[in-house]
Amino acid sequence: MSAITRNEVEYVAKLARLNLTEEEAVKYTEQLNSILEFAGKLNELDTADVPPTSHVLDVYNVMRDDIVRPSLSHEDALRNAPDEEDGQFKVPAVIE
Amino acid sequence: MSLFEKRLQDIHTELEKGELTVSDLVNASFERIAQTEEKVKAFISLDEENARARAKQLDEQQSRGEEQGLLFGLPAGIKDNIITKNVITTCASKLLANYKPVHNATAMDRLHASEAVMIGKLNMDEFAMGGSTENSSFHNTYNPWNLDYVPGGSSGGSAASVAAGQVYFSLGSDTGGSIRQPAAYCGVVGLKPTYGLVSRYGLVAFASSLDQIGPITKNVEDSAYVLQAIAAHDPVDSTSADVEIPDYISALTGDIKGLRVGVPKEMMGEGIDPEVREKISAALKVLESLGATVEEVTLPHTEYAVPTYYILAPSEASSNLARYDGVRYGVRADSAENLLDMYHETRSQGLGPEVKRRIMLGTYALSSGYYDAYYRKAQQVRTLIKRDFDQVFANYDVIIGPTAPTTAFKIGEKVNDPLTMYLEDICTVPVNLAGIPAISVPCGFASNGMPVGMQIAGKSFDEATVLRVAHAFEQNTEHHKARPEL
Repeated sequence: MSAITRNEVEYVAKLARLNLTEEEAVKYTEQLNSILEFAGKLNELDTADVPPTSHVLDVYNVMRDDIVRPSLSHEDALRNAPDEEDGQFKVPAVIE
Repeated sequence: MSLFEKRLQDIHTELEKGELTVSDLVNASFERIAQTEEKVKAFISLDEENARARAKQLDEQQSRGEEQGLLFGLPAGIKDNIITKNVITTCASKLLANYKPVHNATAMDRLHASEAVMIGKLNMDEFAMGGSTENSSFHNTYNPWNLDYVPGGSSGGSAASVAAGQVYFSLGSDTGGSIRQPAAYCGVVGLKPTYGLVSRYGLVAFASSLDQIGPITKNVEDSAYVLQAIAAHDPVDSTSADVEIPDYISALTGDIKGLRVGVPKEMMGEGIDPEVREKISAALKVLESLGATVEEVTLPHTEYAVPTYYILAPSEASSNLARYDGVRYGVRADSAENLLDMYHETRSQGLGPEVKRRIMLGTYALSSGYYDAYYRKAQQVRTLIKRDFDQVFANYDVIIGPTAPTTAFKIGEKVNDPLTMYLEDICTVPVNLAGIPAISVPCGFASNGMPVGMQIAGKSFDEATVLRVAHAFEQNTEHHKARPEL
């Protein structure tokens, strides 16, 4: 597998909503490369006919009965908000 | 003798007879914390006021002659990624330094119902990512056996606190070995239950397909009690298994005659410290003397488990940690001018280096063009690893090996070398990928005085056998009785 470049690391950071300092960008490029090179070991295995395991329990589409019941109150939902106004989460303006 | 050296049943008898009160137990816990915490630093926060009030309440209940819960009056420490109503839960992250949950994790509700008393919240690697508790945003925790050494991670506070005798038991969480490895490094008992046995509701998500809550205790009997209290189907957790819960306590018969033990050659060979290997071999002899048969087996894909884990876990983490954007909870960076800036600044200032590294690794592995090469490939190898276990369990009752390839390492020794640190997980990670239960029990000390842990893994939902084997070993050895001097 090809190595991850500094540009790719910066792009990935952007996707992950992280700002990197110059020093971090250099360090993470080096570290991610060594981890991904290590992960390249998986290519030794032929997995063409192997189904993927996403999790180990033999259950899917777990549903509960659709019954109206109390949930988190409006006040509780907002209790940890860094900023709120009129019962809503407040964030910096998106549109000028 | 410390109160906490007594057997759970003896404590309960003394409480019933009025020779002891829950307040005595809680006082003993806070006294021991006052004596040792400056050295060990196991806690992020203490909850003294609530603990003393709860003790008083339980003492009143006792004086009215009401029946005791399973963990009645026992002081407990809780890893700080298990949410607790109205008590700050930080995940050892600056980003959640002010987060006060408005409800409890199901495991907390169950502890409360069994009448344990929460003493405080324990230190950990930030968001449970790490193997040494050096990634906490607040402070390091120190190994009670030697304060120059790490306690392991990510449940380092949970293991150190029990080893130091500060609490009767603790809860930790295990994604790739985070209960068993620190238990091994600190000379205590750590159990990772089968995936789905204990509700994950209210456990702050790291890698959802792997995370499990479990007990850390100083002996196997206590482990069975705590598991009995917290294991149950939970309708609010879609990954909770709807299975019948056996009686784990009566499973501790001491009888393992005819038990078939498989020892994977991949976990006893190169890469395992010779002293660790020697202690495991000696422990296996003990099991043989009790009537078990011990044979070498193979888990051929073991060498692929760590690379598989370090693709899958960060991928799930990158998705789970997207929620920390400073909008609904946590500490928001105040320097931002617009929304996107706020997300970036909040996450960049609030998250530590190991967490950022894993988020980026996961984001990359899931990104278009690399998904099949990394994420899907790792999921396929996960299938092969799971099949390895299925094949061995067709002929064997348990699989035994070391919990970690070495004993605890020195603080600072591996923190700048993530890959070397990741390799410490080589014996524990396969178990998480397969979703099966495993326990780490003390099985001796290396020449440097640090504890060695033995891992006993079992079939899915067969915690009873895992506990029975661990208990039988413990009853015939003295390792679990050793205590660090602090």
